[in-house]
Amino acid sequence: MTFRAMHMLAAAFGMTLLGAAPALAQGIDAVFDQYFGYATGWFVNIIFYTFNIFGYDFPWIVGWLVAGAMVFTIYFGFVQFKMVPHAIALVKGDYSDPNDAGEVSHFQALATALSGTVGLGNIAGVAVAVGVGGPGATFWMILAGLLGMASKFTECTLGVKYRNEYDDGTVSGGPMYYMTKGFAERGLPGGKFLGVMFAIFCILGSWGGGNMFQSNQAHAQLSNVIGDYPGWITGVIFAGIVFLVIIGGLKSIASVTEKVVPFMGILYVGTALIIILMNFNMIGTAFGQIISGAFTESGIVGGAIGALIQGFRRAAFSNEAGVGSAAIAHSAVRTKEPITEGFVSLLEPFIDTVVICTMTALVIVITGQLVTDPATGMFVLDEAGEAIKTLDGSSGVALTSAAFSSTFSWFRYVLVVAVVLFAFSTMISWSYYGLKAWTYLFGEGQTKEIIYKLLFCFFVFLGATIQLGSVLDFSDAAIFAMAVVNIIALYFLMPIVKVELSSYVSRLRSGEIRKFA
Amino acid sequence: MSRKIVVGFDGSEASHRALDFATTRAKAQGDSIVIAHVLEWSPYSFLTPNELEERHKRRQEELTRAETAILAPVTAKVEAAGVPVSTVLKYGHIAETLVQIAKDEDAALIMIGRMGHSGLSSRIFGSVAGTLAQVAPVPVTIVP
Repeated sequence: MTFRAMHMLAAAFGMTLLGAAPALAQGIDAVFDQYFGYATGWFVNIIFYTFNIFGYDFPWIVGWLVAGAMVFTIYFGFVQFKMVPHAIALVKGDYSDPNDAGEVSHFQALATALSGTVGLGNIAGVAVAVGVGGPGATFWMILAGLLGMASKFTECTLGVKYRNEYDDGTVSGGPMYYMTKGFAERGLPGGKFLGVMFAIFCILGSWGGGNMFQSNQAHAQLSNVIGDYPGWITGVIFAGIVFLVIIGGLKSIASVTEKVVPFMGILYVGTALIIILMNFNMIGTAFGQIISGAFTESGIVGGAIGALIQGFRRAAFSNEAGVGSAAIAHSAVRTKEPITEGFVSLLEPFIDTVVICTMTALVIVITGQLVTDPATGMFVLDEAGEAIKTLDGSSGVALTSAAFSSTFSWFRYVLVVAVVLFAFSTMISWSYYGLKAWTYLFGEGQTKEIIYKLLFCFFVFLGATIQLGSVLDFSDAAIFAMAVVNIIALYFLMPIVKVELSSYVSRLRSGEIRKFA
Repeated sequence: MSRKIVVGFDGSEASHRALDFATTRAKAQGDSIVIAHVLEWSPYSFLTPNELEERHKRRQEELTRAETAILAPVTAKVEAAGVPVSTVLKYGHIAETLVQIAKDEDAALIMIGRMGHSGLSSRIFGSVAGTLAQVAPVPVTIVP
């Protein structure tokens, strides 16, 4: 329904406005792109500053995220592998007190956090990773997803432990609260400073990756299917709908999206599986390319290190482990044990990255979208020399679309609905995360909140209007800046999580914590 | 010996009929009544971040509203009829929760009103009466 309405609106706009001033419309796009690049370039450069390691440029931020995930993995004794069965039991509600029925369940907290993370990173971001880094990027992406489970566990446990519960029964949680309260509890200085820094980056991230990247790629997919038209049309429509939901209080749109998104996710993974099974004779070759591309030269820019960088970068952007955003979403759960939500949140990077992202990558690889040189078996680069040449020259979301459509031509229409819905649910989630950071900085109040929300709508518009390059860079930079601050805080606060973990595990073993019959 | 009758009550016409029927029986046989109101709830539903944040608050409001608007008036009525009465207010799947309440209260009977839903919706989702008839641990009386 939503899509059809937008399609009609887009067509109507197209006929009245575009016919009159096509050149002007395209001009606005280009001008926005240019100035946006000027305005944000310095920030992007700091976050993506690269070190030269063995002759390859390695962004320090990628190392930062993976190092953090590895520290948490080792410090908590591979919690992401040991506690998965318990996490599933928690989500099923085996350990939930029936008298708490009607409160936020583990399942609901997980589902809401997931619909915030499952977005275009899974569809478009992975296509970028595989397009630039080759099939080998998939291997590193899965590894980063598995490691990231430990980061997510740490931040979500802290998010619940240090949330604010107000007299009226509402809760607010997230990194800015565990930074302030957790540091104070341990007698450490600087908690407030970190909290403020995090909140600033969270607001920027909510305008970047949680917003502009989403509307940008949704527009890319829409124009891919219904024909090229200027981005500002999508921008105006998207911003209008987001306005209705977050300012107009039209809750029904958000609720419907929240209910449809999980089914789109299942449909997406299901279709990917069918395509993989239909090309089962290619499965061996695809896995061969993924493994060999992860460790050896395969013709892509940067070789195996290039694959690693792309894989890690996209995994982090997609599952947001270590970024701190999920700690905001998970903190509303009803539980007496904060660590239970940590266990549940382990599943999030697994579902997001190890399952959904991998499906996208496999479909692109298995359907042979990436062009290889028959003589050498190496991948062929495109004219710009930056990414692997694809069958029809597409990249990003269009590449995913081409891969799925090569088997099911109708899937591009399903994908456009999925993209729009995923983009929308991610925007709604991020508008909430950003607002929490905003109220942490400026305090609560109707006018203050409306200012944030209006700015949010403006960035929805901007995201669809300007070109991929500068949007993608700024989106990543803003979200990764959150991770810089968040992981510092996690290092200082992880002993608190360790105490909770040992206490919980020993009570679980002794039978003090039991399933409700 | 005094038995307990669990009456599924949602404030509807049909549930009023069931409660009246139960009250008459209870009075005649010296039984007591447990008025059970179940708020439909699934822990596996999907909510927005805002709904999560406000859930605890909303739950309190829903419980208060159910207590004052639905349960309190009829409790007074049953008491006035001279029948011992208590109330239970719970969240959950309606039929399953009624069964659980009957077990917890060690009740001898469950009584509900027939909503008279027919056709597509009950074919797909099943009706409370139909489910109770299949899974209840005690006799079920369905009042038309």
